[in-house]
Amino acid sequence: MRKLFLPLIVVATAMFAYAPYMINEAAYESSMGLVQKIFYFHAPSGMVMLVSAVVCGIASALYLWRRKPADDHLAMAAAELTVLYGLIVMLTGPLWARKAWGIWWDWDARLTMSFVGWLIAISYLFVRKYGGPGSDKLGAALAVFGTANVPFIYLSVNFWRTLHPKTSVVPTLPPLIRGPFWFSALALFLMYLLLLTARLHLERQRAALDALYLAEED
Amino acid sequence: MLLLNRVLVALAFFQPAPQGEFVPVTPGTATEGLPAAPLVIAAYAIIWTVMMFYLWTIWRRINKVEADMRALERRKSAK
Repeated sequence: MRKLFLPLIVVATAMFAYAPYMINEAAYESSMGLVQKIFYFHAPSGMVMLVSAVVCGIASALYLWRRKPADDHLAMAAAELTVLYGLIVMLTGPLWARKAWGIWWDWDARLTMSFVGWLIAISYLFVRKYGGPGSDKLGAALAVFGTANVPFIYLSVNFWRTLHPKTSVVPTLPPLIRGPFWFSALALFLMYLLLLTARLHLERQRAALDALYLAEED
Repeated sequence: MLLLNRVLVALAFFQPAPQGEFVPVTPGTATEGLPAAPLVIAAYAIIWTVMMFYLWTIWRRINKVEADMRALERRKSAK
């Protein structure tokens, strides 16, 4: 992974920097116009948020099962990134909604469930920081519940009447929008891998520091 | 009261249908009401600021942990 880190930085940063140019060149959507350009980072951020919640949940389930610290480190890193990408979704969504729907926020199924999923990730971080001894297992159980929420977030737009566009939008994107969208999505996903690797390194260093402190006490 | 209730129920059922697909506009026909540019610029500024701030926090935390490790190792070797 260490060998891949430098190329990952170069590729992710270059793609992330080039994405706005591609988005600028992309076709305008007929009913929303310019404001639809928020879609190119808003929707992929939502996708990465859900992927990150699943990574956190699977790593937590593995940690509850086999108690390997490496699983806990991955869960912790993924939870923080779920909050980060969730923050981007929660801030950019209302900016798009204000123009497209005429309101900043609506308590419909998709928005409410995404907000709840984001709050679960935040609560995981709070439990880990302030929960004291045993908070690793309590947090892991919370993360598993957070992952169970993910399919409901994704499919909510198809089950319930909402203002939010349906899941059919992305698979049916026209070519003039599809290319820039998947380029931005890949850029955000590579950025996610980069941040996850860096965050995982921090978690391993913290564990090594704790081990050094314990060795000094003995 | 009953009439108001019926009106509210009717309004709830007459919400606009959610969008099922995106269609690119024919060039030259786009019209804008509320200016979209400040919203788009704000959205991209938020994304870049959040990302850069998070990268900075990771870099700062890694530096702090590594400084603590170095200090601890120095203390151990001085004993």
